[in-house]
Amino acid sequence: MIPTIPRHRSVDIVYNAYITMFFVYLALPLIVVAVFAFNDSQFPSLPWQGFTLDWFFGDSQPMVGVFHEKSIMSSIGTSAIVGVCVSVLAVVVGTTNAFLFNRYDFRAKGVLYIFMILPLVIPGIVLGISILVSSSKVANAVWDVAQFDWEALRPGLTLVVLGQFSFITTIATLVLSARLKNFDRSLEEAAQNLGASQLTAVRTVTIPYLAPALVGAFLVAFLMSFENFNTTLMLVGSDAPLTIAMFDRLKEGSTPLLNSVSLMLMLGSSVLALIMIAFQKR
Amino acid sequence: MSANRKFGFYMLLAPLVLWLLLLIILPHINLAVLSLQERVGVGQYETSFANYATFIQEPLYLATFARTAIMSILATLLTLLIGFPVAYYIAKMARGRKRSVLFLMCLIPFWVSELVRTFGWMILLRETGVVSSFLQWAGIVSGPVELLYNDAAIMIGLVYTSMLFMVVPLVTTLDSLDDSVIEAGYDLGGKPASILREIVIPHAMPGIVSGCIVVFMLSLGNYLTPIMLGGKDSLWFTELIYSQFIVRFNWELGAAFGFLLLFLSSVIVWAALRLTGQTLEKTMG
Repeated sequence: MIPTIPRHRSVDIVYNAYITMFFVYLALPLIVVAVFAFNDSQFPSLPWQGFTLDWFFGDSQPMVGVFHEKSIMSSIGTSAIVGVCVSVLAVVVGTTNAFLFNRYDFRAKGVLYIFMILPLVIPGIVLGISILVSSSKVANAVWDVAQFDWEALRPGLTLVVLGQFSFITTIATLVLSARLKNFDRSLEEAAQNLGASQLTAVRTVTIPYLAPALVGAFLVAFLMSFENFNTTLMLVGSDAPLTIAMFDRLKEGSTPLLNSVSLMLMLGSSVLALIMIAFQKR
Repeated sequence: MSANRKFGFYMLLAPLVLWLLLLIILPHINLAVLSLQERVGVGQYETSFANYATFIQEPLYLATFARTAIMSILATLLTLLIGFPVAYYIAKMARGRKRSVLFLMCLIPFWVSELVRTFGWMILLRETGVVSSFLQWAGIVSGPVELLYNDAAIMIGLVYTSMLFMVVPLVTTLDSLDDSVIEAGYDLGGKPASILREIVIPHAMPGIVSGCIVVFMLSLGNYLTPIMLGGKDSLWFTELIYSQFIVRFNWELGAAFGFLLLFLSSVIVWAALRLTGQTLEKTMG
């Protein structure tokens, strides 16, 4: 079935109805989350009690808004710090990986490429516990030998960063490899013919060409880190990133506060998406 | 290789090897070793298969394992069935601006955290929720209905959460199928069903396989959706891992569970690749 082949009108009607229903299904949960952030009620449910902005700006019980809820605000900060660390690391290693696989042929290349993909097919929770087990083992060994408690290897932000980095790097590598593959090597050679060293040629020709992919990989990595739940859950210490903080709240019972945080997350993601689209167009 | 080039090679190889060795390979070896430890006294351990024996002997663990696998497979098939017509519409029926708008609309839900998506379904499905209120308003039911905390709710959530990972590879592969091939099928007298079976699906196979692998993986390893949308009896295998590690502090058994989950996902991914003649590099890379 393609547009150029004539078909019965009823087929079109049914198909279009199906597509419409599909997009309603996609949009519905997000719409209700956003709408109930403005409901003047203790619970994110019907009936509608009137419009309010208290779940954003309210500063007294029982309606403390997001901007006055210290634990939520600080967890957003924590998530942002983790996100930046993970993205920087993932983009750096992703870039070296992309160059390695693009520029060199070596015996273990095929095997290493499969290993590079693997983190994507390991369940996040298993990645989390494997890193938890290993770091605890090292920390315990250090304690036995030197009586020194290596804090960074106990559950906490360092481990969260490492855990997220372990699989987000694969995604960064794939994004960067895809763009590097389409790069015309003769441009680099031309720079070298004009007297540039190899490193200078890469820095002044190849890296600017990669820039949209670098920004794209950074944003995707940041978003994946910000949203990550499974791996983070196993490695988190006392400073909870946003998803964990929200999960703890949700277990206690839902309030429209969670709706307003969610709405802000959606707005934040949209801004990131727009930045990314703007950069891809260049 | 010149000395310079060789130096560059090792400089690029080092981060890759360090990353894979320290964060992927060694941790999983440690996990495997830990899963083979049996606690025989205070601080005393022996190497044995005791943890795996516990898994086999305890009906709850086995049942949860099987349930997680079956429901994940079901979620994968449902996602494929629901997503395929949509991907086909975007790749083959929609044109120009409409096409890119629809494609972007598919991506939007996945820019927000899974937690937010699950929360949205809770607001919709619970007893005091939007769907229940709507059904009462429409006169279909007389009192509040609880639609949350059952397996259907888990399924809705799983399918919703993984839809993107099915639709994107499907659109990509369907897009590369030339319209004239489909026309040729019609010219040769093919019926829509046989064209779908003999032309479209074989061509889309790499996309179907890679979509299914990712969706299956994500469903199997999901923690949030089953715990938030599922009922008291709807255990998920990841919940067992979490409770052994964080609640019971029985890391040895938890490690064994983690390995079993990894084993299950690897076996099914491998089987799917073998059955369809695809490779991991091609479908994921």
